[in-house]
Amino acid sequence: MRTLRERVVALMFAAIVLLAGAAAEAADLKEALARFTTDDFSETAEGIAEVVATGDPRAAAIIEALQAGRLLYTAEPKAVYYKDTNGKLFDAATGQAVTGEPSGLENVRLNNRLRRATDAAIGGLTLLAPEPAKRLTAAQAVFKSREVAVLPILDAALAKETDERIKRALAEARAAVVLHSDDASEQDRLSAITSIKARSGQDAVAALSGLPSTVPDTVSAAARDAIAGIHSQLVVWEAAQNAWYGISLGSVLLLAAIGLAITFGVMGVINMAHGEMVMLGAYVTFVVQELIRQQNPALFDYSLFIAVPLAFVVAGIIGILIEQGIIRFLYGRPLETLLATWGLSLVLQQAVRTAFGPTNKEVGNPSWMSGAFEVGHLTITYNRLWIVVFTLAVFVGLLGLLRFTRLGLEMRAVTQNRSMAASMGIRTARVDALTFGLGSGIAGIAGVALSQIDNVSPNLGQGYIIDSFMVVVFGGVGNLWGTLVGAFTLGIANKFLEPYAGAVLAKIAILVIIILFIQKRPRGLFALKGRAVEA
Amino acid sequence: MAGHHPLIRMLDRGALIFLGVLVAVAVLVPFLNLAFPPSSALHVPTYLVALFGKYFCYALLALSIDLIWGYAGILSLGHGAFFALGGYAMGMYLMRQIGTRGVYAHPELPDFMVFLNWPELPVYWYGFQHFPYALLMILLVPGALAFVFGWFAFRSRVTGVYLSIITQALTYALMLGFFRNNFGFGGNNGLTDFKDILGFNVQAQGTRAALFFVSCVALAIGFLICRALVTSKFGKVLVAVRDAEPRTRFLGYRAESYKLFVFTLSACMAGVAGALYVPQVGIINPSEFSPANSIEAVIWVAVGGRGTLTGAVIGAILVNYGKTTFTSGMLAPYWLFVLGGLFILVTLLLPKGIVGTWQQWRSQQRANAEAAGTPLPPAAAATPAE
Repeated sequence: MRTLRERVVALMFAAIVLLAGAAAEAADLKEALARFTTDDFSETAEGIAEVVATGDPRAAAIIEALQAGRLLYTAEPKAVYYKDTNGKLFDAATGQAVTGEPSGLENVRLNNRLRRATDAAIGGLTLLAPEPAKRLTAAQAVFKSREVAVLPILDAALAKETDERIKRALAEARAAVVLHSDDASEQDRLSAITSIKARSGQDAVAALSGLPSTVPDTVSAAARDAIAGIHSQLVVWEAAQNAWYGISLGSVLLLAAIGLAITFGVMGVINMAHGEMVMLGAYVTFVVQELIRQQNPALFDYSLFIAVPLAFVVAGIIGILIEQGIIRFLYGRPLETLLATWGLSLVLQQAVRTAFGPTNKEVGNPSWMSGAFEVGHLTITYNRLWIVVFTLAVFVGLLGLLRFTRLGLEMRAVTQNRSMAASMGIRTARVDALTFGLGSGIAGIAGVALSQIDNVSPNLGQGYIIDSFMVVVFGGVGNLWGTLVGAFTLGIANKFLEPYAGAVLAKIAILVIIILFIQKRPRGLFALKGRAVEA
Repeated sequence: MAGHHPLIRMLDRGALIFLGVLVAVAVLVPFLNLAFPPSSALHVPTYLVALFGKYFCYALLALSIDLIWGYAGILSLGHGAFFALGGYAMGMYLMRQIGTRGVYAHPELPDFMVFLNWPELPVYWYGFQHFPYALLMILLVPGALAFVFGWFAFRSRVTGVYLSIITQALTYALMLGFFRNNFGFGGNNGLTDFKDILGFNVQAQGTRAALFFVSCVALAIGFLICRALVTSKFGKVLVAVRDAEPRTRFLGYRAESYKLFVFTLSACMAGVAGALYVPQVGIINPSEFSPANSIEAVIWVAVGGRGTLTGAVIGAILVNYGKTTFTSGMLAPYWLFVLGGLFILVTLLLPKGIVGTWQQWRSQQRANAEAAGTPLPPAAAATPAE
């Protein structure tokens, strides 16, 4: 119902702008409105139909007011008024604001039948909306509601429609309505089933089931066949949807784990405060968006482009400070490093909690990251899509950095054999600091991405840290491909297990599988080979 | 070095002092609590008895961690899991003792099962109305889990950071599981509203004093077992595994068997600690499984000094006393700063912990004294663990 109301509000604007100058129809409108003044339900029903039929720009506003109980009338003289959502009174016939309330104002009353009629009328009005997107959603809504009353408007809309896609949606909606109406012929119903089957999807199954008991056996048999056909299609789509969710989760895991994998690979230390670097990145996004809101709201769509480099620098610098201040002194004692960085994570969490408060912070999606589109029966939201793209970009960038830069070369050398690298003149201490900074920086930009899909709170990092560890343990630290494969395997496996086991059990199953997997390959999928690894 | 009898060899002067203090506390505190009226200056308030009873359970957990971390180099970040499993086993016994006194007055099912419309008691709850069975489970469940987990992990030589991470994953997985209602352990709320243990009211002053005494005794027994283990030949091999595992293996020792044994033993100790903890705090819920709790337990050991046993106990009591003081006052929001800072400062500045540093200082003194030609009293010539 809410979406319906949103559509109506939008329609009101559109109607006012585009259908201005329908003054000639004002007389008809007046007649139609007169039916509201009799306090008779059947008269009111006629009135609704006539108001819709006028195509008057105020029709939507009037019907919506009626639905919300804001339509008022005076019996003597016969006049109809409506209040807008602010309670301001307008004359329904002229649309002019009325100052001072006329005496004897009464609400136009509704019963359940009329309520359905107003809903259908609003749906029908939207079917004729000038914007294609609105017509499409209206047609889809009718497909789901199967409201018989809309049939005439549906026919009118079908006749007028030029857009192929909307035309098909309207035809499908009509098929659904016809299939469920009480008086359609067997032939009509059978062709309706064919048309609905072609649409496919869960909604089509709903439209094909629960037919009236009066339909002939041939029709119900055809409907059953159609449902079976759709179900076998849906299995494939469901797998595709799961795969997409898995890829989406995998890219989030990859983003969170990749920095961890680098630092673990080069330095052999696990940074338990890695999740807090992610959290700091998310808070950088929050601060950037707050500043933009205050200073220059027009820049809001670009907030992430500002936040990404900023988060990288902030988290990177903090990372280097951590390395210089703590981790440097703990080399050769990886377990103690674990504890110290854990302590650090507690301090960072509490610091952010003290500075920003313990509650979730509001981080908005830029317009180009909001919304979704459909491929077949696959719904893909833009924010998830962009995160996948962003993750792959970060991955490729990092791969390039390791492959083509001096620092990358040195990092790879230190990963393979630290003492040999040192003997060759590589300043391992510097490499360590820069690696740690890089890993933290990437965690920071991961935080920017995660701020778009998760709650920004001091505990943000905690939610990802164990999963990130699992990715690193599973993928091994030999090269970045291990992290990539590990992240996507875990993400997809998780999402494919979820429908059978539920989210929590799926996660437990994954953890158990990793614990067993690590028995077979204690150093992960892509382990470095060579004697240096054992040391 | 000093004595020839194994018992004397295993108890140096520090250990004797420690045990003496422990026994004195075990006897004196319940006595002062029960024998004197609250108005008396000698009276120990009941809340303190319960509080320190809890600390001693933590201390036993710390001891179990010190055994594997300090002597076998296994840093478990999931030892809280064994603690909690022991706690749940005890909790299940206590739940069954409620009987018809629950809100729903069901003779068999605990309240939460009635609430969730469970038709009958799940099989794994059978037998928990018998204390000896519950006692067996307190040892068996954590021990079996540790054995299976350790068997897999040590056999394939998962060590160091990897091992720490997967122990953390283990407790995390258990936490997620126990949070679920359909696991049959009370879900989110856990097990609580206990009425009595072995027929005595858990809230009663006398029961609390008795539980305190039992906790002290358990800690003392745990200490003796650990001490016997680490001073034996077995303990020497364990330390060798800690310091150079491949080399020990090349010498013909099966490092994984040593680790597996000590890991399982340690899990059983943690289970006992959890079992004693639950009746004293009156609740066990899935948050006990949270990885953060397990890591916090490790810092107790680090503060006291790993590889010293006494240090683990002292660290657990000190840190938890600090935590209680901090979180009950105005400084509560700053506790995490203190705890986090403790992690950082101890690892950076006090790697041997309080007891370890003190022992080092003492042996330094002694070495100086020896160099100066002063003869040493033989009993004091204990060697520090590290």
